[in-house]
Amino acid sequence: MIPATPELLKTADGRPLREALVAAQARSKRKAFLLVLPLLVFVLLTFLIPIGYMLKRSVEHDGFSKSSPTLTAWFHANPEFDHMNPPEGAFAALVTDLAQMQADKNTGMAGTRINYTVPGSISLFKKGAREAGDMQPPFKEAMLKLDPAWGDPALWYGMESAASKWTTDFYQVAADRKLTATGWERGDDKQRIYLYLFFKTFLVSGIITLICMVLAFPVAHLLAVLPMSKSSLLMILVLLPFWTSLLVRTTAWIALLQEQGIVNDALVALGVVSNENRLSMMYNMTGTIVAMTHVLLPFMILPLYSVMRVIPPSYARAARSLGATSWTTFRRIYLPQTLPGIAAGSLLVFILAVGYYITPALVGGAEGQLISNLISFHMNKSNWSLAAALAAMLLAAILLLYWIYDRLVGIDRLKLG
Amino acid sequence: MKKILILSTALTGFAFAANADITVMSWGGAYGEAQTEAFVKPFIAATGKATIMVDSDNPAPAIKAMVEAGNVTVDVASVEYADGIRLCDEGVLEPIDVASLPAAPDGTPAADDFLAGAVTECAVSTDIWANVYGYDTTKFTGDVPKTAADFFDLAKFPGKRGLHKSAKAVLEFALIGDGVPVADVYSVLSTPEGVDRAFAKLDSIKADVVWWEAGSQAPQLLADGEVVMTTAYNGRLFAAAMNEGKPFQIVWDGQVYENEMFVVPKGAPNKADAMEFIAFATSTEGLRASAQQISYGPARKSSMAEEILYKDGKTVMAPHLPTAPANLTNALLSSAEFWVDHDAELNERFQAWLAQ
Repeated sequence: MIPATPELLKTADGRPLREALVAAQARSKRKAFLLVLPLLVFVLLTFLIPIGYMLKRSVEHDGFSKSSPTLTAWFHANPEFDHMNPPEGAFAALVTDLAQMQADKNTGMAGTRINYTVPGSISLFKKGAREAGDMQPPFKEAMLKLDPAWGDPALWYGMESAASKWTTDFYQVAADRKLTATGWERGDDKQRIYLYLFFKTFLVSGIITLICMVLAFPVAHLLAVLPMSKSSLLMILVLLPFWTSLLVRTTAWIALLQEQGIVNDALVALGVVSNENRLSMMYNMTGTIVAMTHVLLPFMILPLYSVMRVIPPSYARAARSLGATSWTTFRRIYLPQTLPGIAAGSLLVFILAVGYYITPALVGGAEGQLISNLISFHMNKSNWSLAAALAAMLLAAILLLYWIYDRLVGIDRLKLG
Repeated sequence: MKKILILSTALTGFAFAANADITVMSWGGAYGEAQTEAFVKPFIAATGKATIMVDSDNPAPAIKAMVEAGNVTVDVASVEYADGIRLCDEGVLEPIDVASLPAAPDGTPAADDFLAGAVTECAVSTDIWANVYGYDTTKFTGDVPKTAADFFDLAKFPGKRGLHKSAKAVLEFALIGDGVPVADVYSVLSTPEGVDRAFAKLDSIKADVVWWEAGSQAPQLLADGEVVMTTAYNGRLFAAAMNEGKPFQIVWDGQVYENEMFVVPKGAPNKADAMEFIAFATSTEGLRASAQQISYGPARKSSMAEEILYKDGKTVMAPHLPTAPANLTNALLSSAEFWVDHDAELNERFQAWLAQ
């Protein structure tokens, strides 16, 4: 007998089951979203918007463009002018704008913008603006008599570029390039610093990550295999640095490692080194690496520990019972299972190390300076756009590394704890 | 990191400012304490207006961030001279009318009573401080360092040197140490050859330099015996010698001095009160009171008319101030104009030189 068409399953109140399920799921989704909403708003307000704002700062600066309408119009009308020898019309436009700047009191802002690419421009602009009101044609002669620097082709390249509020100037500076008489060129070797520091920052961070990995591995293993009572004591020691101020930890390293410090005193007392040849372990790269490794070590230990804790010891025993040597067991059974922890720890430590600046500033001496120290310098010295350009380059480099990392290791294999 | 810093500064500033009439942001440490004692407490006593002091590593970038964000919680800030000019140029500060500042007790208007350059379009000087160098007297027997040139003379005075990790004041000091007369320092430093000359001088001691970054590091390096002499802010060496009895001696030859300024950020919540506070603090008596707390000189002539005693009640301050005539025989007034123009350029060169 052919069964009758099955009736739709219904809930107790007579609604079709499928519909009721969908409605219930939508409700719980809405609830879940409401729970996440505060975090979302927080991240948006404190993280994404500021970063977006900083990125915008790196390509936008209207300090000069908003107070130089005449010159901007002239640049538009004469895109092919001779920077080596700008014509009278350009100087006439310049004088008009300078006189207006003096009246509006925004000469400093315009000069500051040009000074970012052509050093010495702030005082040049202030002097020019003071005189511009009383100037008689021919303006070119009058301006050059006031200061021959007004004829500098680099200055005209600088003004032409700054006449638009959108600019790549700050990225040029961040790439160690300089405005010269023929436009942007590779900077003087004595002046080149940013690309070198980028390279050094990544190198130092890599070294610190490696050291952390080597130091953290046995500690995390010990934490994972010790009985609970002992391992929690050890865990407190690992977490202790988190409960101490970063500055205190850094200063403690200075007290330990400086030339008149405890370690050197002990070495001299033991006769290992003579009093004249005390070791230089502070205010150089050694100091930076030691102090940063200490600060960042817990970020490697914790993910490693969380992975190692759940590796069943029976796997290793099985390998041994099948005749593997202890090295083979470690290499082929234990190590591969800890990889997600190593990957997560390395990523954490590396990314944190790349952005560090307080520790290198205090213990780095001459050679321990990293790129963040210069970003901080430009923040303090009011050149936010250059700081933003450097930060954007750092962010881009990290994202690139993250992408490569994803390709090699796979982000879904990470285990953060 | 920086963003978090600015944000947290702004937030703490806001939390503090919530129930105060006037919020003053300064540098903290011995300096902030001196300003609290000399300006804030007497101002509260005199006017009854709630005034509080908040600390910052450097108030200049903090107030710039506030003005840019449109959420200003600070009424008065203490900034370096060049920053006072730079921020004014950038439109971050309220202009201050010199005519609104109180006259000297004898009736001299403020404009004439203040030393040249001590009042600018947007800022008023609270004190004059100096980059000097000092040494540990127990480290030298017989001959002691006396001149800027001695600082660079490793043969005569062997031992490590402490230097500020910054182009500003260090390059000037190197040129003075190389024999450039103070009057010519900035014209020499304006040429590429002059910059090369300053770096060549620094090269001669580079291997023996320990670089310091925070003001408190310098006296610490000296106290730890890490260096035998170091450049420092003169007030820090003075405080270490007076309050902790350290055997430090300041060498004034080749000092580079400058004004420290009070400014009002644009959009300050209590602008009128802020102006009143600045007028009070930078009065003849206010500046005197500040010099009694820390060895930075007052920028008003009338403040120095009578002898100033340190807070211990017996030490005469005059010989310890950068502005004492004996200390000014070979001294350089830091040029804000030069540094506003060349700070970024020379600092890039300085960092590149450090890294070599």
